[in-house]
Amino acid sequence: MFVNQFLFLAAVLFCIGVYGVIARKNAVLMLMSIELILNSVNINLLTFAMRNGSTDGHVFALYIIAVAAAEVGVGLGLVLLVYRNKKTISVDELSEMRG
Amino acid sequence: MIAQNIGFWIIAVLMVVSALRVVTTNNVVHAALWLVVVLAGAAGQYILLAAEFVAITQVLVYIGAVMVLFLFGTMLTRARIGAESDLNNSYKKLGIPVALVMLVAMGLALTRSFGDEKLPESAKVVSTQEVSDQIFGPYLLPFWALSFVLLAAVVGAIVLARKD
Amino acid sequence: MNLLAAETEVLAPLASGWFLENAWLIPVIPAIAFALIILIGKRLPMKGSELGVASMLASLVLSAGAAYQWIQRVNSATEEQFVEPVIRSWSWWRSGGFDFGIGQHIDGLSVVVLFVVAFISTLVQIYSLEYLRGDRRYTHFFAALTLFSGGMLAMVLADNMILFLLGWEVMGLCSFMLIGHWWEEDANSRAALKAFFTVRTGDVGLLVGISMLYFAANDWTQENLGLSGFSIRGISAWALSGEPNSTVIMVAAIALFIASIGKSGQFPLHTWLPDAMAGPTPVSSLLHSSTMVVAGVFLVARLYPVFFVGLDILGSGGNLIMFIGAITIVISAALAFVQNDIKRVLAYSTVSQLGYMMLGLGAGAWLPAVFHIFTHAFFKACLFLGAGSISHSASHHSFDMKRDMGGLRKVMPITFTTWIISTLALCGVFPFSGFFSKDEIIDNVGNNGYNTFMIVGLVGAFMTAAYMTRATYLTFFGEPRGASAGHSSHESHDDHASHDDHSSHGPHESGLLITAPLMILSVLALGSGLLNATPFGESWERMKLWVEPRAVEVVDSTYSGGPGESLIVNVPSAGEGSSKSVCGTSTPEIGVCYAPKLEHAKFKWSKAMLSMAIVFLGMVVSWILSMLLFTKRDARLVGLTQRVKILGVGHRFLVNKYYLDDLYEKVIVRSVAYPISSAAYWFNQNVLDGILHSISNLTRKFSGWVYKNIDQRVVDGTVNNSATFTKSVGTAAQPTQSGKVSQYGALLFSAAAVAALVLVIINT
Repeated sequence: MFVNQFLFLAAVLFCIGVYGVIARKNAVLMLMSIELILNSVNINLLTFAMRNGSTDGHVFALYIIAVAAAEVGVGLGLVLLVYRNKKTISVDELSEMRG
Repeated sequence: MIAQNIGFWIIAVLMVVSALRVVTTNNVVHAALWLVVVLAGAAGQYILLAAEFVAITQVLVYIGAVMVLFLFGTMLTRARIGAESDLNNSYKKLGIPVALVMLVAMGLALTRSFGDEKLPESAKVVSTQEVSDQIFGPYLLPFWALSFVLLAAVVGAIVLARKD
Repeated sequence: MNLLAAETEVLAPLASGWFLENAWLIPVIPAIAFALIILIGKRLPMKGSELGVASMLASLVLSAGAAYQWIQRVNSATEEQFVEPVIRSWSWWRSGGFDFGIGQHIDGLSVVVLFVVAFISTLVQIYSLEYLRGDRRYTHFFAALTLFSGGMLAMVLADNMILFLLGWEVMGLCSFMLIGHWWEEDANSRAALKAFFTVRTGDVGLLVGISMLYFAANDWTQENLGLSGFSIRGISAWALSGEPNSTVIMVAAIALFIASIGKSGQFPLHTWLPDAMAGPTPVSSLLHSSTMVVAGVFLVARLYPVFFVGLDILGSGGNLIMFIGAITIVISAALAFVQNDIKRVLAYSTVSQLGYMMLGLGAGAWLPAVFHIFTHAFFKACLFLGAGSISHSASHHSFDMKRDMGGLRKVMPITFTTWIISTLALCGVFPFSGFFSKDEIIDNVGNNGYNTFMIVGLVGAFMTAAYMTRATYLTFFGEPRGASAGHSSHESHDDHASHDDHSSHGPHESGLLITAPLMILSVLALGSGLLNATPFGESWERMKLWVEPRAVEVVDSTYSGGPGESLIVNVPSAGEGSSKSVCGTSTPEIGVCYAPKLEHAKFKWSKAMLSMAIVFLGMVVSWILSMLLFTKRDARLVGLTQRVKILGVGHRFLVNKYYLDDLYEKVIVRSVAYPISSAAYWFNQNVLDGILHSISNLTRKFSGWVYKNIDQRVVDGTVNNSATFTKSVGTAAQPTQSGKVSQYGALLFSAAAVAALVLVIINT
C-alpha cells in the first residue's frame, strides 16, 4: 500500500468537506461537512503514525474524536438556540456580522 | 497485501461517493445516513492502518453518539423529513473552484513529497495498551485539558439549549 | 552508617505520633463529608447538617491531637535543635517530566492554623444549625461550608505549592458560593461575583509566583534535598541558600504577594471584602473574618524565606509588605467610621487587622503576626456571630445600626457581654488576647527600627478603639430604634421570610445554639493571649517555643520510609558552632536553613502603657462624640458634615470608599473593554471600508482625470472601459462585508487554498 493512497483519500474528503461548508445553507448540514473535514485529518494522522511506527498519531486521533464530539454538542446547542430565536437554521439569515 | 489493497479501494470509492452525497443531497436525514457510511468507511480505513482502538472509538463515538445528536438536531429544528429545495446557498458556485484549487494544491504537495513511498509491510497492530500508555504517560496534560473541554462543552450545550 | 548513628546520639530523636503522621486525614474528612452531604444530605433527618458538624468535630479532634503531639515533639528537642516538620508526600500525578506531589507538612505554623480553622469551623457550623434553620438551601449551605473547611485545611497542611493552590482555589470557589447564598437578590450575586473576580485578579500572581519559584528552584532542590521545586520545604531552603538570583526571587515574591493582597483584602484590592458581607453571617464570621482571609497572611508566613530574601525584610526603609500593610490599617479603619451596617464596620475592622498582620510580617515580626492570626480569629468570629445574634433575634435580620439597633444591652445580656469582651480584645486592652498579639506587632515593628510604621500602628490602634466604641454605642446603648424597639415595619425583611417565624415578638436573647459558640469564643478572646504573654516573662512565651521555626543550619539525611513516602530525619549540624545561626544573614556553609533568624523585642511596660493610653483615649473620645451625636443630638455636631465643607468632602470621600470601586468598574473595566470593541468597530468602519471606498474613489477620480486629459487623444472606448472596470472593482469589493458566514468561509478557504498552491509551486 502506498502512503499516498490514504493521503489522497483524506485530501479528497477534506475538499468535499470544504465544499460542503461553503455551499450548505442549513446549519446542521454545515456541521456534518465539518465532521468530514475532521475525519480526513484523522486518516492523515493514522497514516503518518503507521509510516513512522509511532503511536502518537493514535493519541491525537482519539483526542480529535473527543473534541469533535464536544464540538457537535455545542454546535447543535447553538443551532437549537438560533432556531428558537429565529425560527430558521439557515445561515444566510444570520447576517448580523455585516460590516 | 493485495486483499488489503482491494479492501482499501472499495472502501475509498464508497467513502468518496457517500461524502459527495452528504454535501449534495436535498434531504437532511439522507445526508445524515450518508455521513454514517463515510464514518463507517473511515473506521474501516483505520483498521487497515493498524489502529484498532481508534476504529472502535470511531464507531462508538461517531456512529453511536454523534449521529444520534445530528438526528436529534434535525428533529428539534423541525427540518422536513423529506426533500427540501433550499439547502444550498448562493455560494455553491464559489465552493467548487475553491475545493478544486485546494485539491490541486494538496495533490501536488503529496505527489512531490511522498511519490511512490510505501507503508511498512509488517506494521504490527497498535494495541490498546500502547495507546493508553501514551495517553496516561506523556500526553496526560492534554488529556486533562481535553476533559475540561468536554466538561465545558457539556455545560455550554446545556446552557445554550435550555429554555429560560 | 556508624558515623550517622554516633551523631544522632548527640540529640534525642524527636517525638512523633499517630496524629502527626496522619494529619493528612484532617482535610480529607470534610472533603468526604462534602460529597456525602451533596449526595444524600437532603434525605437525612437534619438535612445533611449533622454530617458537616460531625466531620468538623472529627477534624477538630485530629487537629487538637496533632497540636498536642507537636508540642511533645518540640519538648523532646533540645534548646537549639531544629524541630523537623513532619512531612509525608506521595506522588499525585506526573506529566512530561513534571512530578506533582501531594502530602502534608506539619510544623508549628500549620498546627496553629489547623487548630484555629477546625475550631472556628465547628463553632460556626453549630451556630448555623440555628441561624439558618428553615433556609431554602440549608443542605447546600452546609455542603459549601464543609468543603470550604476541607479546602482551607488542605491548604494549611500542604507540603507543596500545587496542593496549596488547590486549597486556595477551593476556598475561593466556596467563598463565591456562600456570599451568593441568597442569590435571588441582585446585590448578593453582584457581591459574590465581585469577590470572585477581585480575588482571581490576585490569584494570577499566585500562579506566576509558583511557576517562577519552580523553575528557579527545582534544580537546586532536586540536587541538594531530593525535593521538587514545588515543595514548600525545598523552596524555603533554596531561598535562604544564597543561590537565588535576587531579581528572580524579588519578582516571585511580589507575584505571590499580589495573591496575598487579593485574598487578604489588602489595599488596593480590599474592596471585595466589605461587599462580601452580603453572605449569611456565619459565612462572614468564618470565611471573611477569621479563616479564609488570613490565607494571604498565611501564604506570606508559610513562604517567609522567599519574602525575607526577595523583598529584603529587615532591610532599612521598609518594604512592599510593610507599606501595603500600613496603608491598609489606616484607610480601612477610617472607612469603618462612616458605615451604618454593623457587619461592614466589622469587615473594615478585619481588613485593618489583616493590615497589622502584614505589617508585622513585613517588619520581621513573624511570630507576633502569626499569633495575631490566632487571637484575631477568636475575637473577630465572636464579634461577627454576635452581630448575627442581634440581627437574628432583635432586629429582624437588619444590620443597620442607626435604624434598627440601640439599647440592646438589657435584652441581650449574653450577646452584650461577649461582644464587650471581644471588642476589648480587638482594641488591645491589657488582659485581653488582642493586647498580647497586636501590641507585640507594634512593639516589634518599632524594635526593628521602623519608627514611622510603629506610629502608623499606634494611630491604627487609636482608630480601632474609636470605631469599635462607636459601633458598640450605636448597638447596645442609647435608645432602642426601629426593629429593636419592637416596630415590625420593615418590608424588606420578608426576603428571608422562611426563617421569620420569630419576628412576631420583640427583641430577645438568642437560643443556646447561638449563644454557646459566642460564650466559648469570648472565653478564648479573653484568655488565648496568655499563650504568648510576653509581659510575664520568658516562661509564658509558649507560642514562641512551639510555633516559631528555629533558625539553625540543618544537615539533612533523607531515607525512604516506605513505598511512596519519605521521612526526613534531623541529623544535628556538625561542629560546636552550629548554635550560632547565620540563617537569613549570610550563606549557610554546611547545611541548609529553613527559617531566617529574627529578633524579638524586649517587653517594656512603658511602651505598653503608651499604647494603652492611646487606646483609652480613642475609646473616651469616641464615646463622648457618639453620645453627643447620637443621643443628645448636640446641635454643634449634628449635620457638621453638611455645614463644614472640608469635612463634607472628607465624609463623602469615605462614604464612597475612596472612589476605588468607581475607579475599578468605571475606569479600568471600561477603559479595557470599551476601546477594544470601539477600536474594532472603528477599524471596520474606517480602515476596511475606507480602503474600499478610497479605492473606488481613487479609481473614479483617476478615470475622470483620464477622461478629461487623454480621452480626446486616446481611443474613447478603452478609457471608458477602464473607468467602468475600476469602478466596478470598488463596488464589487464592497459586498464582501455581507455578514454571511458561508461567504466568509468561502473567502477564507479560497485564500488558504491559493496561498497553499503558491507555496507548493514556490517550493518546487
